[in-house]
Amino acid sequence: MRILNKKTALGLSALVSGALVSSPAFAKGLPQLNVDTFAPQVVWLVITFVVLYLLMSNVALPRIGDVLEERQNKIDDNLAKAQELKAQGEAACATYEKSLSDARTNAQAAIREVKDSAAAEAATRQSALNKKLQAQISSSEQAITKARDEALLGIKDIATDVASSVVEKLIGDAPQTKTLNGAVKASLKEQA
Amino acid sequence: MANPIEQFEIKTLVDINLGGIDASLTNAGAFMVMTVISVTMFLVMGMNKRALVPGRWQSMAELSYEFVAGLLKDNVGAEGRKYFPFVFTLFMFIFFANLLGLMPYAFTFTSHIIVTFVLAMVVFIGVTVIGFAVHGMKFLTFFVPSGVPSVVLILMVPIEIISYLSRPISLSVRLFANMTAGHILMKVFASFILPLGILGIAPFVVDVALVGFELLVAFLQAYVFTVLTCLYLNDAIHLH
Repeated sequence: MRILNKKTALGLSALVSGALVSSPAFAKGLPQLNVDTFAPQVVWLVITFVVLYLLMSNVALPRIGDVLEERQNKIDDNLAKAQELKAQGEAACATYEKSLSDARTNAQAAIREVKDSAAAEAATRQSALNKKLQAQISSSEQAITKARDEALLGIKDIATDVASSVVEKLIGDAPQTKTLNGAVKASLKEQA
Repeated sequence: MANPIEQFEIKTLVDINLGGIDASLTNAGAFMVMTVISVTMFLVMGMNKRALVPGRWQSMAELSYEFVAGLLKDNVGAEGRKYFPFVFTLFMFIFFANLLGLMPYAFTFTSHIIVTFVLAMVVFIGVTVIGFAVHGMKFLTFFVPSGVPSVVLILMVPIEIISYLSRPISLSVRLFANMTAGHILMKVFASFILPLGILGIAPFVVDVALVGFELLVAFLQAYVFTVLTCLYLNDAIHLH
C-alpha cells in the first residue's frame, strides 16, 4: 500500500504541479513550485515517514502505552486496597459499636439489679421498723390503759371516802359501805 | 532587503541518484531526518525512566500520546484503535516539522506543497482503501446522501464526489499555505528591523509576537491535519 501510495502521490503531484506551473511568473517566484525539487523531497519524505512510523509503532508507543497501563493498574490496585481497608475499618467500627451497646445494656442491667436489691432491702427494713414501732405502740397503749385503770380504781376509793364523810357530816350517820359502793359505782359508770 | 521567498529554496546537500530518480539529500530531506530524530528522542528519552509519577518531560511525552489517542477515540471510536500509530506518526511528524521550522536559520518542509500533498494523498488513498475494505462496494453509497429525492440526487452525487476528491487538495493546501504565509510574514517584518535603525524596535516587537503566533499555528495546523484525518477515517469506517 505504501509503495502504491508513493507512486500515486508522485503521479498526482506531478499533475497538480503541472497545472500550477502553467503560470510561469508564479512558478519562478515560489521555490515550492519548482518541479525539479519534488523527486528528492518525496523520496526523503517517504523514507523518513516510514522510519518514523516504524519507530513509533515498535518502540515509542508501546513504551508509553506500557507505562500508562502500569500506572492505571497501580491506581486500580491501590483503589481496591483502599476499598478493602475501608471495609475493614467499617467492620472494626461495627464491632466497637456493638461492644459499646452491649456494655451499655449490661450496665443498665447491673444498675437495675442494684436498684431492685436496694429497694427490697429498704422495704424489709421498713417493715421491720414498722413492726417494732407497732409493738412499742401497743405496749405503750397497754401501759397507758393499766395506768388509767389504776387511776380509776384510786378515784373510786377516794370517792367512796369522800361520799362517806360528806354523808356523815350531813346526816350524822355513816352510810353502809355496801350502798355507798353501789352508788359510787353507778355514778362512775354514768361519768364514764 | 532580503528576499522573503529565499527561505523556501531547496538546496542540495548530497547528490544521490537512485536508478534515474533524483534522491539527493536536500535541506528539506535533512530537516525530515532531524524531525524523525527529535520526535524519537522526545518520546523515547522522555519515557526512559518509566516513572510511575512522571516528571515534566515524561508528562509531555504521555500527554502527546493521550492527546492523539483522545482525538482518535472521540472522532473515530474504538475501531480507530489500529490506525493509532499512523495518526500519531502523522501528528508528531507535522507538529515537530512546524516547530523545527521556527528555529532561526531552519527550513520548514511543511511549507512545501509537494510534502503536504504527499501526506494528504497518503491519508486520502489510505482512507479510501479502508472504506472499500470495510464496506466493499457499499462504500459507494457514501456519495448518495440518504433522504434526498432522486431528482436532487442527480445534482448531489457529483457534488459529493467532487467534495470527496478535493479533500487531499484542501488538506495539503491548508498546511502549506499557513506555513508559507507565516514564514513570509515573519521574514518581511524581520527584514525591516536593521534598515530602520532605532525605529526597528517596532517590527522587532511584531516579530516576537509573530513567533508566539506561529507556535500556535504550528500546533493548530498539525492538529487540524490530524483531526481531518480522523474525520475521514470515521467516514470510511462508519459511512457518515
